[in-house]
Amino acid sequence: MPAARSLWSRLHLRERIRDRDTAVYGVLLIVALLWPMATIFATGDTFLTSQAAHAGTWVLLAVGLNVVVGFAGLLDLGYAAFFAIGAYSYALFASFQLASSPLHHAYHLPFWLMLFVGMFVAAAFGAILGFPTLRLRGDYLAIVTLGFGEIVPQLFLNLDQWTGGINAIGSIDQPSLPAWITGPWAGANDIAIVRDFNFSFDPVAYYVLIVILIIGAVILVNNLHRSRLGRAWMAIREDEVAAAAMGINTVTTKLLAFAIGASFSGFAGAYYGASFGLVSPDSFLFVVSVTVLVMVVLGGMGNIAGVIIGAIAIYFLLNSVLSSLPANLQSLSNAIGLGWLNNSNGAWPGLSELAQRLQFLLYGLILVLMMLLRPQGIFPSRIREQELKHAVVTEEETVVEQAHAS
Amino acid sequence: MSEAPAGRDSILELTELTKRFGGLLAVDSVSLQIKRGEVFALIGPNGAGKTTLFNSVTGMFRPTSGRVVFDGRVITGSKPHEVARLGIARTFQNIRLFDFMTAVDNVKVGRHVRMKAKVWDSLFKLPRERHEEERVTEEAMELLRFVGIARFANHYARNLPYGQQRRLEIARALATEPKLLLLDEPAAGFTPQEKVELMELVRKILTRGITVFLIEHDMKLVMGISERIVVLDHGEKIAEGPPEEVRKDRRVIEAYLGKSA
Repeated sequence: MPAARSLWSRLHLRERIRDRDTAVYGVLLIVALLWPMATIFATGDTFLTSQAAHAGTWVLLAVGLNVVVGFAGLLDLGYAAFFAIGAYSYALFASFQLASSPLHHAYHLPFWLMLFVGMFVAAAFGAILGFPTLRLRGDYLAIVTLGFGEIVPQLFLNLDQWTGGINAIGSIDQPSLPAWITGPWAGANDIAIVRDFNFSFDPVAYYVLIVILIIGAVILVNNLHRSRLGRAWMAIREDEVAAAAMGINTVTTKLLAFAIGASFSGFAGAYYGASFGLVSPDSFLFVVSVTVLVMVVLGGMGNIAGVIIGAIAIYFLLNSVLSSLPANLQSLSNAIGLGWLNNSNGAWPGLSELAQRLQFLLYGLILVLMMLLRPQGIFPSRIREQELKHAVVTEEETVVEQAHAS
Repeated sequence: MSEAPAGRDSILELTELTKRFGGLLAVDSVSLQIKRGEVFALIGPNGAGKTTLFNSVTGMFRPTSGRVVFDGRVITGSKPHEVARLGIARTFQNIRLFDFMTAVDNVKVGRHVRMKAKVWDSLFKLPRERHEEERVTEEAMELLRFVGIARFANHYARNLPYGQQRRLEIARALATEPKLLLLDEPAAGFTPQEKVELMELVRKILTRGITVFLIEHDMKLVMGISERIVVLDHGEKIAEGPPEEVRKDRRVIEAYLGKSA
């Protein structure tokens, strides 16, 4: 009898956890759909929509890196390299850049084609990087990927004949569609169909595009997660020796994780190039790789919904909370009659200046605090959650087992 | 397999297999033949080289010299996953399950090598892949029932009681559809009752036409289920034969059982 009850409670627990993921997806989807209309209505401009579209790039990156780090357990510290490869693939073939290169001919290939080209090029580089390095384990792999992440931006910087180097590639083509629908959700007065629509710098259009890309990516990654390949990744993460003994070719399986993870980054890169209109080598530095990694770990490694939340939270923290902190502090102190705090005086630099200087210290403190308070991430996968409950659960099992034995 | 008469056809043949780690000779020119459908046991004191021999057969180590022939095919130096595909499955002395995967998923990983789904099938959840997944889940459940732990199907492997973890490892190995099953101390840490149950399970595995090659310390268990025994000491084969002969062998008594036995 206790066995049956424990089994029931277990099933119930499973249901609840599964429901939680479904609920998170549902809430995210509703917020995503209402976001442009709500924010345009509330603020009168599209600033928050374009912010959300930028955040979407990071979500895409985090979802991709989650395949490598969360599923297959490979620590990749050079993920931004694939992002750069995707962005440069698009930028080179959708701008005037190659006219001044030894090719003397500018290409203007359509965005929709280059989205997939960027994806495949990044995947190919993922495989090229993976092939010689995936025999390495753990820390060694991390160091090699770190090196790769440093080399790629340097290459784009120094191949200035082709990439313009430090001058970056500007005036990149924007995507266009034969028709587009606009309406009150995008701040227009009426619902209307626009012919020969060019995305130009329309934040709502980019927002719609990135939301569709993210939904597609999440569906595909979810499919992979619960498949033959997904199980093979997890098996390698758990125990590589045992996985090999079960007939899993660990080298090709890890290679696939690298290539598929990289392809999402390439995808995001092409989108980034188009939406930003400018691609420069210093947009792909080490800090980008680390930020994406932080998003994955903080959101809940291995859990796709958690990783999305993590990406949004970190983006919001970095680009909104911390960046506007000095100004907010200044106006706050003025409002409550402590304006004198803003005057620099000897060693005191003034409140807003201090906040400006301490931004990254605060960021670090927040990350450390988060990891101390919730080491499994905001929305951990069931795996991480189990890790914490492990002691209790084992005890329970023993009871079940004894009940069976008697 | 069951139609092949036992005692004629050998499934695994080791010829002067040697594995050296630097100055240490872990396995010293061991030759042996395992017949189809038998239970063959490898015994010997700690550090005799038993697990090293297993690792050399399954491709975890490349033998320093010698030859491994499995099912009429030379597999010396093959990779572990190739060996598994050909039909050798194994369990580990220190249980190596996929801790944070459910029991049923652990067994499904064992089915990996017999599954056909490619990346595209999985990415887009094609009907073919869906059907295969359903079938494999059913097969995995059947194997869990076979080893008697179906009630733990949705529990994480690490949360299973010790004895059931050993059983899960066997189920996972069976999922690869092996012709030869290597069990590395399957009864280590078992109570006498559990050992009896394990012997029953091994007999059930035999009826599936699978040859069993096991390392075991418990002499009673070894004598009870194996048809032939090889004794290793310091990497060397010191005796071979049916249990009652090996038990009487003077070198075995000295090296392994001790003077008191």
